Amino acid sequence: MSTASLAAPAAIVEGRLVSVSRVRGLGAFLVLLAAVAAVPLGLGTRAGVQAAFDFADPPAIDLGILHMPVRAVCVALGVVTALLGAWLLAGRQRRGTYLVFTAGVLLFLWAFLTWVARNNDLSFTQLLAETMVSATPLVYGSLSGVMCERAGVVNIAIEGQFLAGAFLGAMIGSATGVLWLGLVAGGLSGAVLGALLAFLALRYGADQIIVGVVIVAFCTGLTNFLTEQVLSNHQNLNAGATFGTWAIPGLARIPVLGPVLFHQNVFFYLAAVLLVVIHVGLFRTRWGLRVRAVGEHPRAAATVGIHVLRVRYRNVILGGVIAGIGGASFTVGSIGEFSAGMTAGLGYVALAAMIFGRWRPFGALSAALLFGFAVSLQSFLAVLGVNIPSPFLSMAPYVITIAVVAGLVGRVRPPGADGVPYSPE
Amino acid sequence: MRLELAGVTKRFGSLVANDHVDLTVEAGEIHCLLGENGAGKSTLMNVLFGLQRADEGEIRVDGAPVRFADPGDAIAHGIGMVHQHFMLVPVFTAADNVVLGFEPTRSGGFLDREKAREDIRRLSSEFGLEVDPDAVVEDLPVGLQQRVEILKALHRDANLLILDEPTAVLTPQETESLFAIMRGLKETGRSILFITHKLKEVLAVADRITVMRLGRVVGTTTPAGSGEHVLASMMVGRDVELVVHKDDAQPGSPVLQLEGLTVTDERGVTVIDAVDLEVRAGEIVALAGVQGNGQTELAEALLGLTQPSSGRILLDGKDITRATPREALRAGIAYIPEDRQAEGLVLDMSIADNLVLDVHDRPPFAHRGARDLTAVRESGEHKLQEFDIRARSAEVPVGTLSGGNQQKVVVARELSRPVRLLVASQPTRGLDVGSIEYVHRRIVEERDKGVAVLLVSSELDEILALGDRVAVMYRGAIVGVVPPTTGRDRIGLMMAGAGVPA
Ligand SMILES: Nc1ncnc2c1ncn2[C@@H]1O[C@H](COP(=O)(O)OP(=O)(O)OP(=O)(O)O)[C@@H](O)[C@H]1O
Ligand SMILES: [Mg+2]
Repeated sequence: MSTASLAAPAAIVEGRLVSVSRVRGLGAFLVLLAAVAAVPLGLGTRAGVQAAFDFADPPAIDLGILHMPVRAVCVALGVVTALLGAWLLAGRQRRGTYLVFTAGVLLFLWAFLTWVARNNDLSFTQLLAETMVSATPLVYGSLSGVMCERAGVVNIAIEGQFLAGAFLGAMIGSATGVLWLGLVAGGLSGAVLGALLAFLALRYGADQIIVGVVIVAFCTGLTNFLTEQVLSNHQNLNAGATFGTWAIPGLARIPVLGPVLFHQNVFFYLAAVLLVVIHVGLFRTRWGLRVRAVGEHPRAAATVGIHVLRVRYRNVILGGVIAGIGGASFTVGSIGEFSAGMTAGLGYVALAAMIFGRWRPFGALSAALLFGFAVSLQSFLAVLGVNIPSPFLSMAPYVITIAVVAGLVGRVRPPGADGVPYSPE
Repeated sequence: MRLELAGVTKRFGSLVANDHVDLTVEAGEIHCLLGENGAGKSTLMNVLFGLQRADEGEIRVDGAPVRFADPGDAIAHGIGMVHQHFMLVPVFTAADNVVLGFEPTRSGGFLDREKAREDIRRLSSEFGLEVDPDAVVEDLPVGLQQRVEILKALHRDANLLILDEPTAVLTPQETESLFAIMRGLKETGRSILFITHKLKEVLAVADRITVMRLGRVVGTTTPAGSGEHVLASMMVGRDVELVVHKDDAQPGSPVLQLEGLTVTDERGVTVIDAVDLEVRAGEIVALAGVQGNGQTELAEALLGLTQPSSGRILLDGKDITRATPREALRAGIAYIPEDRQAEGLVLDMSIADNLVLDVHDRPPFAHRGARDLTAVRESGEHKLQEFDIRARSAEVPVGTLSGGNQQKVVVARELSRPVRLLVASQPTRGLDVGSIEYVHRRIVEERDKGVAVLLVSSELDEILALGDRVAVMYRGAIVGVVPPTTGRDRIGLMMAGAGVPA
């Protein structure tokens, strides 16, 4: 036994193999970011130009405005990022790869934001708070996907469940004047669509993708029609009321974190609870073990007495409820009024977040946050009048999400029986 | 408990897999079920376990008729089963697999993983089936997966235990432990239905033996009333040679050379440790060892399924250390993997397509990028005959074949192509005596044609019968290469790490 000292060819991060070449690639990417931060952003700015970060957002304690010299900060951050990149390039220690890479990217973003805020006033807190708002529906969507696909059913109908939830949420919320009923109605509409998907796919073995696409088409058509025929003539059914924000006493006063995490509306808090509950449920409870067994190898699950179809029905319907509530968050949770096609394909983005997150709630959360950040950054840039053509700006969130996440996540593996019909015999 | 099957009939389309089968298992009895590949044993067990529904017939437990709609019902009646094709969730740990469906929980439905681990350690040591509770099942060689599958059934504490070929990939020692477990269960009044193709095992543990052929019961006997030859001819309907005839090897030039081959797995553990080995043209080198000592990993490294961290693999003097599996196959390696379902076959594809998987894009099966389906079909039908694969036609999905017949498809494919090196892992896993005889003969024929053969087997009998030289692996290293005439005890000691004989 003479080989204990052999260098391992690769290291494990979270149970996955990170090859040396991948680590090097990430390192090279950091060095590139560092160069951008230091040269065009840093040296490209005249000395003496200041950026202002505004930390005065109620209900948090007022920290006033932080002034930073753009040139010095960008160059300094560039240097640190370059060091992190070099450390990855050296490729000795691979344990902390993702941590180091994430830190490097965050430093670059700091430099970039400083540059954006030159001669300007940027509310960092507000940027993050809007990130949360944009990410919330994606979290619902991807949690719905996790619920279904972990049990082996592909739910591509999330977009449709979003639309139905958004529409009914607005309508019921407006008609009754009780927003809670809007939320419940959204969940119910998702449940009904989930049940439809489950019934067609599980009972008749219909192709899950096709059923899903048909449900989306159906919901799109129906909500478009009803918006035009009903909502536009009855303003009282689309009144546009929204849930107010709740400040969590005490916590909301923490600078930055307070307004971002503890001064949001019910949809945000509910999403946070669902994230934890589903994560813990899937990986720590009997229910989760059985669900995952059904999604990976239904026959094996059946041979230990688990009712495969029952588990799938239950999960697909629960997934529908979650997506439906996520849909309601588009209307009663943020904008208020329903407008045709307002979900803008975010149901699919949510699925992508779930895949990038490797079918794990918190993985999906990080992809959703990334996307949300890109969206809110884009709207900030537009407001600050950075001179980038607006189509490129609106494309940016998608491009950034794909690039960063694909670079970070690499190859993913779905549940073994994802989308595969199961027949008991 | 006392179990009766009366007139059980199961049809798959026109095929009658079970034809009015009557079978009684008494309380406290070990009942062996014997039969050729495709005789209908697994089907009968699946019916009994609620996995498939009988077309006719009745099942009675302690005299009362029962109806099993799904395995849950069978389990509720105290029936447990070890499946021929393991029912394990590949991405779960051994512990999670063992407890699935019967999870120890704390309040609120939280899994008690500590208790699960405890249970498995206790069962493992009690029964002599060592398994790391935290190992992920898909990373385990089949022999260890088999242990997990057995532990899973034992964990349930069933009154009637069905064991569908549990010993196909167990080493003799493990088989002995299993027999001790079975005898212990019998003492406490539990019944066991045991399926195996190894006649010695039948004679060693059975109280009664039922033989099936072509879906029917052809007779019931006792070990006292029969010997290996009697059983073999009852099963197959003809006399079977139970020993392999082969001439001495005429080794030629080296075909496979391993130089300091070292493989490190994902966790950084060295699984193949500086292995030097040579296999010459026209000889069979048999790799012996307890499961999990690197045999599987060695075969996978040869095929390019894993990348060695150092050392070299030479095929006919050419360096193929970094070859991809496709390049390795093209370079002239044939490979019978140990897990036919996971690595050997595409279960939903037809037999004919599976038989040409490795050559589907080349003449005579494809011309200028278009497949020649007639050629594929004809060659498929031909192979069914040649290898005695029991199937309605070469067009049926290979997943509907019996376990042994699936194995024959893999063997048939790998022996159908001119190669330089044959790597055979558990090549006769799940085959009946007649088929083993045939496959052994074919492997010897390959050798005599000048092919180098590397045989991996948990079956010491097979190693000694086929091997011209026996290399013993222990903890990833080769502890010695000895002639097959070396005593079993000596080889057994080496397998336990006791070094080269003087
Ligand atoms: N799902 C299925 N569809 C069609 N035919 C099947 C199916 N399952 C089994 N058969 C057929 O039923 C017959 C009996 O198969 P079975 O698996 O019971 O054999 P076996 O006795 O267990 O053989 P082995 O020793 O090889 O495991 C075979 O001819 C097989 O092809
Ligand atoms: Mg069988």
